[in-house]
Amino acid sequence: MNSKYMFSLIAVVVLILLAYVGVEAAGLQVIFGIVIPYIAVLIFIVGFISRVMDWAHSPVPFRIPTTCGQQKSLPWIKHSKIDNPFTAGGVIVRMFFEILFFRSLFRNTRCRINEGAKISYIWEKWLWLASLAFHYSFLTVLIRHLRFFLEPVPVCLQLLENVDSFFQVGLPGLFLSGAVLLASVTFLFLRRIYIPQIRYISLAADFFPLFLIISIATTGILMRYFTKVNIVGIKEFAMGLATLHPTVPDGIGSLFYVHLFLVSVLFAYFPFSKLMHMGGIFLSPTRNLPNNNRAERHINPWNPSVKIHTYEEYEDDFREKMIEAGLPVEKES
Amino acid sequence: MNDKNKIITGLIIFVIFITFPFWYNMGKAAPVPEPKLTEKAKLEKECIEPKEFMKAEHMQILDVWRESVVRNASRTYVSKTGKKFNMSLASGDDSCIGCHSSKADFCDKCHNYASVRPYCWTCHIEPPKEKK
Repeated sequence: MNSKYMFSLIAVVVLILLAYVGVEAAGLQVIFGIVIPYIAVLIFIVGFISRVMDWAHSPVPFRIPTTCGQQKSLPWIKHSKIDNPFTAGGVIVRMFFEILFFRSLFRNTRCRINEGAKISYIWEKWLWLASLAFHYSFLTVLIRHLRFFLEPVPVCLQLLENVDSFFQVGLPGLFLSGAVLLASVTFLFLRRIYIPQIRYISLAADFFPLFLIISIATTGILMRYFTKVNIVGIKEFAMGLATLHPTVPDGIGSLFYVHLFLVSVLFAYFPFSKLMHMGGIFLSPTRNLPNNNRAERHINPWNPSVKIHTYEEYEDDFREKMIEAGLPVEKES
Repeated sequence: MNDKNKIITGLIIFVIFITFPFWYNMGKAAPVPEPKLTEKAKLEKECIEPKEFMKAEHMQILDVWRESVVRNASRTYVSKTGKKFNMSLASGDDSCIGCHSSKADFCDKCHNYASVRPYCWTCHIEPPKEKK
């Protein structure tokens, strides 16, 4: 038992019950279906922008890249162009691999002390693999959901669906991304529970998004494959939201409102949480700056203007006296 | 260092992406599709199960039927009310398309709206268009 994950678990269970009771007993479809989603999207957009603008206000006076390769140096020393970029182009390549393939996570190793006090570093790729699977399947699921918000559905979306349901398992066809999403997020959760060191550093704020996403994926999968919902009614509802003429059609089960409410909570929670790494990864100064401190001078923008008095000026002031006293001067007159 | 211009450009692109559904649908009131029933279907009043159940579960029923017919050669479906039906999607009057004879007016209406492309008609022969 750990108070941190219990706290998050209880929070998510309360949210689920809130939506379920709210719709089932109190009939608050308008609140949970229209008011809360709009507010959540608003909080998401405004919160995201203000959080990023807050970061943008912090000046970065000096290049502070973390380096994983040889810095550009003398011509006969081989320069590691991507891991220790010197130009904007190199930075773009490094950011590209970082954002799309989580390159720094790929370097993950696990340290262990063996018998005889020998240390070993183990190649540990499961975290990288699971997070890559998680992020890409979540992206696919998110994009797939646009079919409810767009009419007519664009061809590229239909293509994505065809690829996603490639194996044609059952009817309605199994979307691989949904299954991969649930599996990988479960792995990421179990990792925090089973590895003692990770459990020790995990906070309630780490477990809450995990429980939230697990619940969102589970309710989604339940609706699609098990309890079944009136899909045309849901599209009508989603189109109402997207065209700003919201309506609440009949015959939509409360499970849908639970799903929608959890998604709204995720959106509203996003700007205040660690999930902001979505925007933050673009702004990480240790990744997005070329390592050219030795070649270029970077002046701190908030340096105060200091009144300086150079040696030349000093000599101008006291030249006669210095010559009289027999002190050496640089200029004679 | 001042990267504010780049950051603001990035944020604008992000917001355009996020609000995509809002401006994609702007000024378009997409009507909710209403599948057309044929005279024969109207006379029957009810499909093999109640309408709401059929709306949500028809694909599951067809999937179970396929299994039952192809694997077990069993073609009798007993509905919840105890009525017996012939399990068939597209063969003759005693099948799904016996009543719902137009794919375009019935199946496709909702399938297109919800972006569903079932692969029924890659094996079965689509009902001819003129037949009413």
